[in-house]
Amino acid sequence: MQGVYKELAEYLVKAETEKYETQRVTADLKSDLTVEEGYLVQEEIVKMKLAEGRKIIGPKMGLTSRAKMTQMNVDEPIYGYVFDYMLIENGGTVHLSDLIHPKVEAEIAFVIGKDIEGPGITGAQVLAATDYVVPALEIIDSRYENFNFTLPDVVADNASTSRVVLGNSLKKPATMDLDLVGVTMSINGEIKELGAGAAVLGHPANSIAMLANMLAKKGDKIRKGDVILSGAITGAVMLADGDQVVGKFDGFQDVTFKVQA
Amino acid sequence: MTQIKEYSNLLLEAEETRNGTTPLTAIQGDFDVIKAYYVQLETIAEKVKSGRKITGKKIGLTSKAMQNLLGVSEPDYGHLLDDMVVENGGAISVKRLLQPKVEAEIAFVLKETLKGPGITPIDVLRATEYVLPSLEIVDSRIRDWKIKLADTVADNASSGLYILGGKPVKPEEVDLEMMGMVFEKNGEVVNTGVGAAALGHPATCVAWLANKLSEFDIALEAGEVILSGALSTAVNAQAGDVFTAKFAHIGQVSVHFTE
Repeated sequence: MQGVYKELAEYLVKAETEKYETQRVTADLKSDLTVEEGYLVQEEIVKMKLAEGRKIIGPKMGLTSRAKMTQMNVDEPIYGYVFDYMLIENGGTVHLSDLIHPKVEAEIAFVIGKDIEGPGITGAQVLAATDYVVPALEIIDSRYENFNFTLPDVVADNASTSRVVLGNSLKKPATMDLDLVGVTMSINGEIKELGAGAAVLGHPANSIAMLANMLAKKGDKIRKGDVILSGAITGAVMLADGDQVVGKFDGFQDVTFKVQA
Repeated sequence: MTQIKEYSNLLLEAEETRNGTTPLTAIQGDFDVIKAYYVQLETIAEKVKSGRKITGKKIGLTSKAMQNLLGVSEPDYGHLLDDMVVENGGAISVKRLLQPKVEAEIAFVLKETLKGPGITPIDVLRATEYVLPSLEIVDSRIRDWKIKLADTVADNASSGLYILGGKPVKPEEVDLEMMGMVFEKNGEVVNTGVGAAALGHPATCVAWLANKLSEFDIALEAGEVILSGALSTAVNAQAGDVFTAKFAHIGQVSVHFTE
């Protein structure tokens, strides 16, 4: 049985590496894939990348907004993993030729100062264990045709994780109300999406707490040094050649990148 | 009776009986925004004659989403009156209204009169004594909110009631553009927003208003409250609902609805 998950992992990593969109797993390959099995596929992907010498930057949360959870008919978010090769420096360039059909969303990242081990973790404990919060733009890129997937599919696909631009300004989380941080995301000078931190499960720290509790179910934890994306504050916007993307976060410096073919 | 007066009376009667009227644009095919503003001014003059006081103005249709919905590219405006004020944390009987919805906004309280044309957002910030969090209860005297731009303009920009809360903060002490806002209904986050949702900056909305009203020889007066435009979509209200808007740096405002 384990072989099935490895095969599915190879199927998805091939689509990522060779940059083509592919059919979702539940369409035909394994129509009865469950969420738990989706995570088994994801674990195989993580193993493959580690074996290639990639490093984990940290987990990331997905489906953290009420709108997305309703759309996917779930009551729990999902997680995936960000690797070193996915990082783009602030002000840098995202090349469309490296990706399939990328979209961008604005998030707050947590730099973890102490291990956080669930169950029973709350947002306040997360804040106490966090060294810094950092503004971020996440580029998601589902390996599936038209971002068309079910919950087990997106979990298997490492939660559509693709690229991450972290801002250069760090803040101590205790110095601000993260739920009230205003955020705008502009492309070519026009505001495309906006929101405030509370769009993420009421408070971005709640999302990290939920992650610790989800990881605890499989005997895992959040580790000191992890940089964790807490989930989208804004809707996701499709990227096009020539786009200049700017994320503004109240109290932080801007996060930007440009898009080239 | 002039037509302007007739339409004003229709809307006043709808407000009094809490029975929405037919859209004015359905009664008269060529009913336009200019006529509509005169209907609004007629209604306000009537209310002032009966003892109401003008406490301020509001700007509506400031978000791209709302403008797209009504197929317009400009905001609109309405008047605030003393009987529209509800205290922070207060109760509103749904019997006062027809079909209320709630929006969260940043309110400006002016210390100097602003009269266009040529008013800039900087002029607005300089003329502002302080900003406050506010909730606006919008309501339509037009049946089922079947409004076109001219309908809502005639109907005082669908104004209903308003609540001011939080703490007064000088505009130079905060970044209004990046001020985050969380809007909760019955303890659940229903949406979030940021100051930039109102035409890029709330002061831009107030400047627009000062310039627009100069066409009617009206000023934004010192002491007036200006509701600068919704930072999130309007949410339906029913008896039993509690609404709270929390703003970064300036505090929160809440209200609840009763039978």
